[in-house]
Amino acid sequence: MIRIPCPNCGPRNSSEFSYFGELGSRPAPDAVDPAHWRHYLYDKKNPAGWTTEKWYHASGCRKFFAIERNTLTNDVKSGRPFGVESSSEESS
Amino acid sequence: MISSRRRPTAMISRLGRQEGELIDRSRRLSFTFNGVEHRGFDGDTIVSALMAEGERIFSRSFKYHRPRSVLSATFHDPGCIVQVGDEPNVRAAHRRLRDGMAVEAQTGWPSLRYDVGAANQLVGRFIGAGFYYKTFIKPQRLWPTYEKVLQRFAAGGRVQASSPHGTYDKRYAHPDVLVAGGGPAGMAAALGAADAGANVILVEEEYELGGHLRFGGSEDLVALRELRDEVGAHAGIEVMTNSVVTGRYDDNWVAVLQRELPQVAERLVKARAKTLVVASGLIERPYVFEGNDLPGVMLSTAARRLVNLYAVKPGQQAVVFAANESGQAAAADLDRVGVEVLKVVDPASGGELVRALGRGQLEQVELGDGSIVDCDLLVTAVGWTAPTLLVNMAGDRPRYDERAARFVPGGALPDTVLATGGIVGDGPLQALVAHGRATGTAAAHRALGRADSIDIPELEPAPHPALFRARTHGIVDYSEDVYSKDLVAAAREGYDSVELLKRYTTATMGPSQGKLETINTVAVLAEATGRSIEETGTTVWRPPYAPISLGALAGRILEPVRYSPMQPWHDSHGAKPIVAGQWIRPEHYGDAAAEVRNVRENVGIIDVSPLGKLDLRGPDVSKLLNFVYVNKWSKLDVGSVRYGVMCGEDGVVIDDGVTGRLAADHYFMSTTSSGAQAVHEWVENWLQTSFPSWQVHVTSMVSAYASINIAGPRSRELLGRLVPDVDLSPESFSYMQVRTGTIAGVPGCHMWRIGFTGELSFEIHVPAGYGLYVWERLMSDGKDLGVGPFGLEAQRVMRLEKGHFIVGQDTDGVTQALSAGLDWLVKLDKEDFAGKPELVWQHERGDGMRLVGLQPSDTHLVPAEASQIVSPSGAIEGRITSSRFSPTIGRSICLGLVSARLAVAGTVVTVKLPDGRHVPATVMEHHAHFDPEGSRLRG
Ligand SMILES: [Zn+2]
Repeated sequence: MIRIPCPNCGPRNSSEFSYFGELGSRPAPDAVDPAHWRHYLYDKKNPAGWTTEKWYHASGCRKFFAIERNTLTNDVKSGRPFGVESSSEESS
Repeated sequence: MISSRRRPTAMISRLGRQEGELIDRSRRLSFTFNGVEHRGFDGDTIVSALMAEGERIFSRSFKYHRPRSVLSATFHDPGCIVQVGDEPNVRAAHRRLRDGMAVEAQTGWPSLRYDVGAANQLVGRFIGAGFYYKTFIKPQRLWPTYEKVLQRFAAGGRVQASSPHGTYDKRYAHPDVLVAGGGPAGMAAALGAADAGANVILVEEEYELGGHLRFGGSEDLVALRELRDEVGAHAGIEVMTNSVVTGRYDDNWVAVLQRELPQVAERLVKARAKTLVVASGLIERPYVFEGNDLPGVMLSTAARRLVNLYAVKPGQQAVVFAANESGQAAAADLDRVGVEVLKVVDPASGGELVRALGRGQLEQVELGDGSIVDCDLLVTAVGWTAPTLLVNMAGDRPRYDERAARFVPGGALPDTVLATGGIVGDGPLQALVAHGRATGTAAAHRALGRADSIDIPELEPAPHPALFRARTHGIVDYSEDVYSKDLVAAAREGYDSVELLKRYTTATMGPSQGKLETINTVAVLAEATGRSIEETGTTVWRPPYAPISLGALAGRILEPVRYSPMQPWHDSHGAKPIVAGQWIRPEHYGDAAAEVRNVRENVGIIDVSPLGKLDLRGPDVSKLLNFVYVNKWSKLDVGSVRYGVMCGEDGVVIDDGVTGRLAADHYFMSTTSSGAQAVHEWVENWLQTSFPSWQVHVTSMVSAYASINIAGPRSRELLGRLVPDVDLSPESFSYMQVRTGTIAGVPGCHMWRIGFTGELSFEIHVPAGYGLYVWERLMSDGKDLGVGPFGLEAQRVMRLEKGHFIVGQDTDGVTQALSAGLDWLVKLDKEDFAGKPELVWQHERGDGMRLVGLQPSDTHLVPAEASQIVSPSGAIEGRITSSRFSPTIGRSICLGLVSARLAVAGTVVTVKLPDGRHVPATVMEHHAHFDPEGSRLRG
């Protein structure tokens, strides 16, 4: 079992977390055609290597965060919470 | 006479006292083998006790039913797998004898000596490589017959359904250093690590520490005692014997199986080790030659174990084929205890072993010079296999060392995994101990984050002659009856890669999982294809290293069970419990139909505490509600509640419920009971990852409030008797409103006027600690009103009468909102909400299933839920999702999903019942079968 670095709680067993899949972006709902929307819903890149994923510390601090994980080695780079970066993006 | 069942001709082979023997001669144990009484000593294994009593055959082989005896005298000995009482597949060369054990051979049918399956041997040469594939793959319809035949002849034991449940356990451990293997190097590594300040777990597969020192000479025994005493005295080392490291997973998640603990059959220890030291030693490998599986042919370490650990004389006259020191030591041991060692054959000086001969057991050995030696014991010592599983699992690939004629770790280990002992190299005891100690110290430094560098002395594999197969063909896989000849034939058929070959021939796939067989499989394949062993490669070791029972994997049952605060009342009033997710809820209190009538005529109360409840606060709650629900929320007044449905981004209904606005910035959301946790996650997900600037705080209130629904025409009167501070009259507290007030003296209770049952009803949320009290007050204060409890079943009947659907019952994983009949609720003109595009497209297409009310023509026929709705040609057009007999209107009623074109009031559809009958049912105008106008709940 790999360990997931929760930005709040530190490294914990992955069984404490829910996996929410690859990080993607949600198309604007009014401009989208079915092909693009379903690409967002179902098509995952599933790369052999580094990918960015969303995890949720369900049995812990209940925070969502993103980590980078190498799917070949299970190496994980430290997690970052969502709110922090998104709000700085908004303000910039 | 029963007492005479002891075998009369037992040839007693117990030796006098041996220096390192494990048996306690003062403690005699009695047991039976195939119903015959035997005796042994405390400390014996099942096999050593049987050997001492003259028994030689412990099982029959899988395919040809050849007699099998001791080969390695270890846990992994393929011929020593037996049934003990109701426990199948016991490793009898490992398992300690207990008084009263009933041991049975697993394959001896009808008897070990005259096994009819042995007739397979007569046609045996025709059951070649790929036999099962070629014979059984077609025709498929005969598979059930094949299975029966195979099962009868296969080696499995019997599992008995009546066996008592054992206790299995799990434990989490967090050692700095975990050492896998308790031989000299492993013990030294544990000491090195513990002396450096690490807390250490030392795991040993056998019942005691020591590895090969245990069956060495006096000097080894002295060294063993010193190491063992030092380990035992060290507070930093936890020793687990009769335990095995079954695998090493990511981030040094190390699985340790502990066996035969007090009161616990097996315990799975999940250890997160900062560093892992692999000290798994070496496994002696068998030699391939004709007759190599005859009882009486065994490995040098097996002979040494039997003599030195259990004081068992393995034969009378022996030939020893010795390519190394272990063979020489076995010859010396045998000679010392009075076995006549007729010949020690040394391949280094030209000695050659050709074949073993005998009927059912070893009688003669043919040597390279043509001589035939009469003997009953043939000991071989042809080299070693390094069990590299744990280093493989850490990413290392084994490399073939041609000088040492064995695979060794490839040298690509992460910092958190180290190796020591025989798996790394050979040397005198001092060298093994020095390497182990230094490795353990280095492991501790890495675990504790110290930079100190440790000088680890060299430990190289010693040169060893490459001996795999004699000039004759013999068994490569003892468990699977695979001969070297089969492997050659398979290679000729084109199965010339190891991974293909092993699947085709099943070599290495039996109970010992390649520990004894892999290297010889590779060597024979290399020989057959004219390649080197290095070019041929090896198969990757896979976990688990030793079998784990399903019980150990399951562990204790730690699933939480949830009860509402009113459960004691339900228990003492005849509630029939039903499991609903994690909750135990009352299904009914004896008569669900009577409970329905009482709600429709008087008043009933139901415990709905498992409902999901989320407290939502902040200025942006209405934005959140607008996004997660398909309908509009911007204009919800304080004091009002609204029904909402949530969809996933694929437009599929995921939950429904009611949300009330308690104050400007304060809302209270209810969800389905089963969806409580998922909705909480769903809401948090949007808030945290998509809308982090929205100010909303979400708190789960499921266990903070006890919830009761008071339903029926007299519910207002009942609640009014307990609520002094809220005007319940229809004029000031109308349908779909919420109030907060005092109930039976308990302040801070939320009251909602809603109606899942279709009756005038109030759903109250009471601080959980007062739940039982308020429930009891409702029952006592409403006696004259005819109040009674009702359970889940009555609620289900009433909501079906009213046509209210249940998410997950009347919808499934593909039911989009419009299919659930929610056209009236979905507001496609909203700017955005979860799942909106899919619902826009569903609306445009107008296709998919539709949820409709259905009434069977036969008013007393209730079609089973999930009955299909079929077209005249038999095509599936939908299904019944809910069905009950309605006590209120006196007929059967249903909800069902049907194709959109059938969802027209008045259409008669055909329902196919589970018994095959076809019955008609009519599509209704409304989902509701009773009071579709809702005059009762609005009253
Ligand atoms: Zn956390």
